[in-house]
Amino acid sequence: MSTFLLEIVTPERIVYTQNVRMITVEGVEGQLGILPNHIPFVTPLKIAPASIKLENGKNESVALNGGFMEVRKDKVVILAESAELPSDIDIERAKAAKERAEKRLSGKKDEADFKRAELSLKRALTRIGVHEHR
Amino acid sequence: MAKGIREIKRQIKSKQNTRQITKAMEMVAASKLKRAQNNAEASRPYADKIREVAFSVAAGSKGIQHPMLQVREVKRTGYLVLTSDRGLAGGFNANVLRKALTTIRARHKSTDEYAVFVVGRKGKDFFKRRNIPVFDEVTGLSDSPTFADIKQLASSAVQNFIDGSYDELYVIYNQFHNALTQTPIEKKLLPLEQTESGGNAISSYEYEPSAEGVLEVLLPKYAETVIFSAVLESKASEFGARMTAMGSATKNASKMIAELTLSYNRARQAAITQEISEIVAGANALN
Repeated sequence: MSTFLLEIVTPERIVYTQNVRMITVEGVEGQLGILPNHIPFVTPLKIAPASIKLENGKNESVALNGGFMEVRKDKVVILAESAELPSDIDIERAKAAKERAEKRLSGKKDEADFKRAELSLKRALTRIGVHEHR
Repeated sequence: MAKGIREIKRQIKSKQNTRQITKAMEMVAASKLKRAQNNAEASRPYADKIREVAFSVAAGSKGIQHPMLQVREVKRTGYLVLTSDRGLAGGFNANVLRKALTTIRARHKSTDEYAVFVVGRKGKDFFKRRNIPVFDEVTGLSDSPTFADIKQLASSAVQNFIDGSYDELYVIYNQFHNALTQTPIEKKLLPLEQTESGGNAISSYEYEPSAEGVLEVLLPKYAETVIFSAVLESKASEFGARMTAMGSATKNASKMIAELTLSYNRARQAAITQEISEIVAGANALN
């Protein structure tokens, strides 16, 4: 079965390089599934989990925090501000962040604060989701 | 005479203490330098990649208007100056601050014409003493900063440019050559200059939602990444500078100790000789 090379890169390090069969991500316009031999393509991504289908047929998910996906014929590169595999996630911290963000959302109505809290809630939910899904 | 000896002994002791500290600092800086270099190295793939994509998108779709690509008439200039929180790093802070100050003094007459962003306590204090208003600052940065640590500063520097608070943005920091050499440089960050190289090789991308939409997210990210790499490089320079400075401090201390030990031994010998001659003279007087 044909595969392509998936690279997930953050400003701090290269998180993931592996040959995979398929990746499903949340683009800004909606969910996208990328298979080998996709046409060259660029899109920004949402803060959401991405699910990867490995060569051996198993599934893996990664928590992506914003960023981009660049698709080439035989290679997909995801540039994210942060990306975590389930084993990298600090679940206690994510839960604490979720609670904090929820509290903030129900409290103040300052717009900048609201937006920041919303983003951090999204990040926390993504992490929790990926952690539980493994 | 005995007092002179004790004085010298005290000085030797104090130099030895100093040497111990500078030696420890040198070694700490050396190991942190290694880590900082690794961090800088690790950030490179991301920066290269985002640059490649940004420019191929920009080149593949000529005629796109984006505020970050626009060259405007310069009414106000932004400067981002990267320094350290702590001193004892040789000329590290002094060099970059001198460069920043001479640049600002040469180009601008009033404080309305520029805005200064600063990283590091040394820089903050420096500008405060000279009554140069600091727009935003980051202090207490960790030794291996993460992207999240400087994200806020970076995005506020970029956002202010988009909003038109200033019409160009420079980064002034120590460029890392090796552990011995760091040179302060000034780099123009915004507006982004479009390079021609390699644009058409992979310009046949599909974009979602559109090329403009992609650029809108991509370009600020690119600028933030450039700032982040500069911060990492400045960190590596800091440790390089500190290592070198502490290395030469240790060497100087050793030299001083050697000199003092020599004069200590001389003084001691002189004291002994004098004592002997006193005894001999006393014995002779009895005969």
